[in-house]
Amino acid sequence: MIQLFARDIRLAVRSGGGFGLALIFFLIVVVLIPLGLSSDQSALALVAPGVLWLGALLACLLSLDRIFGLDYEDGSLDLLATSPLPLEAVYIAKAAAHWLTTGLPLALAAPVLGVLLNLSFDAGKVMCFSLLLGTPALSLIGAFGATLTLGVKRGGLLLSLLVLPLYVPTLIFGARAVHSASLGQPFDVPLIMVLAISLGAVAILPFASGAALRINLR
Amino acid sequence: MLQVSNLSVARGGKILLHDVSFSVEPGQALVLRGANGIGKTSLLRCIAGLQTPTSGKILVPETVAYAAHANGLKGQLSVFENLKFWADIYGGPRPDVALNSYSLENFAYQPAANLSAGQQRRLGLARMLVTGCRLWVLDEPTVSLDVQNVALFYKVLKAHLQGGGAAVLATHIDFQLSAESLDLTSYIASLNMSSSAFEEALE
Amino acid sequence: MNSTSKSKHLWNLFWKLANPKVFMGWSGRWLPWLSWLTVLLLGSGLIWGFFFTPDDIRQGSTVKIIYLHVPAALMAINGYLLMFIGSLMWLIRRQHVSVLAAKAAAPVGMTMTLIALATGAIWGQPMWGTYWVWDPRLTSFLIMFLFYAGYIALWAAIDDDDTAADLTSVLALVGSVFALLSRYAVLFWNQGLHQGTTVSLTDGTKQENISNVFFLPLLLAMVGFGLLFLTLLLIGTRTELRMRRLKVLEVRERMQ
Repeated sequence: MIQLFARDIRLAVRSGGGFGLALIFFLIVVVLIPLGLSSDQSALALVAPGVLWLGALLACLLSLDRIFGLDYEDGSLDLLATSPLPLEAVYIAKAAAHWLTTGLPLALAAPVLGVLLNLSFDAGKVMCFSLLLGTPALSLIGAFGATLTLGVKRGGLLLSLLVLPLYVPTLIFGARAVHSASLGQPFDVPLIMVLAISLGAVAILPFASGAALRINLR
Repeated sequence: MLQVSNLSVARGGKILLHDVSFSVEPGQALVLRGANGIGKTSLLRCIAGLQTPTSGKILVPETVAYAAHANGLKGQLSVFENLKFWADIYGGPRPDVALNSYSLENFAYQPAANLSAGQQRRLGLARMLVTGCRLWVLDEPTVSLDVQNVALFYKVLKAHLQGGGAAVLATHIDFQLSAESLDLTSYIASLNMSSSAFEEALE
Repeated sequence: MNSTSKSKHLWNLFWKLANPKVFMGWSGRWLPWLSWLTVLLLGSGLIWGFFFTPDDIRQGSTVKIIYLHVPAALMAINGYLLMFIGSLMWLIRRQHVSVLAAKAAAPVGMTMTLIALATGAIWGQPMWGTYWVWDPRLTSFLIMFLFYAGYIALWAAIDDDDTAADLTSVLALVGSVFALLSRYAVLFWNQGLHQGTTVSLTDGTKQENISNVFFLPLLLAMVGFGLLFLTLLLIGTRTELRMRRLKVLEVRERMQ
């Protein structure tokens, strides 16, 4: 499992854009939104938590179909399925690799990009923290969606359609935590909920994804 | 080592092979023959555990090394890294022997993407050696190999069998190796067989 | 003692319906009756509600949209529930009728969701002065609409029928967990303008929050919508079964 995780990280680094693309996309979203909205500092501060969470969520979505898609095309997913490694473990390793190459950089970049949106330093810290807790859920849910659309040609749009509604609870609690923090209100409850969704996803989704992979490979 | 009894295999809701039975003992290789589309690949996928047969039983050792049409290589990884990865997954031996057996040692640190089709195929076959599995399931192993490399493959396979291993192969070309062969033509399912559950609903 | 054996008998009948042939025979016999009953109850409920009830003191005649809004919302949720149960039964018992019923329930439920949303918006305009507010209930329905859309899109995208049945069922199960979670998340997000539940069948002992003049036609409309849902579900499931049969026949023809 660790070997598969390491291989996916190595592939992401070598194929270029593994780490970079999602970050640049995140930056572009954060730049475009004030252009479309307003340059008013107080208005930006008000929408900053939502914009940053939404940007991270969309950036996460970009690379989802590559999680299993490349391995499915070149036949290595078949070979992994016949190996001693259970498909549930394959799913966890791949979701973890996706998180490390996408979720983690996004979480670390978010407070920096928050400066562009007039997000206070304290709220920025909560932003980073909420994304650290929430991006594992985004990767896990997204990887689950990717197992469902594995056999569909040009399934990228379908994947977004399936995954985005599943992202709703994570988005609501995550953005709410940062919003409360920016207003100086307590933010512990939504943060705990974000953590709970991530933990729940680790507990349930491997089984659903393993089943979906088996269905797709047969 | 491998025992298949009364197996029926389907693809796309249509039963292809019916009531197939055979067994493979250690030291033995079995060649499955038959025209294209007869169901060789589906049968091998059943043995490898990727597909469930519509009926019948398969008894196999807990892990099976399976090689399909696609080699499952990562172009960005070196030849050595590709093999090392599978060796780690299976807990098999180090890749050096496998590299030497298929005379790939000179390419060990080249990205797999740089290899020719035949070399990639050899790498795909070398993967079998690093799994450490005793039963090999090979689907068209000699595709895109030239005469010399086919001979190389036979040599490796012979050594594997002499070491107590076993193999099931599918091929539609002549196979110059003293091996049992099973012609699947006699197991072709009759026309009216369908794996669909809607059969009973037909009026 | 008698009742347990009777319920066991009903239970057996229920599972027998999972056989496509039994289902086709049974549904074919009952469908005409069910359709007429639907027309009768739904028609009378709506006509009674629209034309023979007094206007509300505060809301005027706009209140009458309740006869569409509440039953549609109820059926939207029931449709989702049915989709969930059908998918679960398919994954456990591998009987095609259940998963095809789930497949047939989705577009009906989605339409009901759309009706509930549209009538809600039309009702909201005179009441709240705006067509749309991000109220928890409205938002939840909108999210449910998206879940329906995803389920239907996945069915449409996968060619192999059994693969599609399996994958959509997995999605329906996981989706239901997240749909429920979304409901709580949305409540947390905004407490909302929407009035509380107007009609409650279980809280009969509490003070009535809706007078009988409005309640009886509403009840009739609700039963009518329920029957409409059932009728459409049966027609949909029968169509799906026939399509699958057609495919089997086509495969056979190609083989001969």
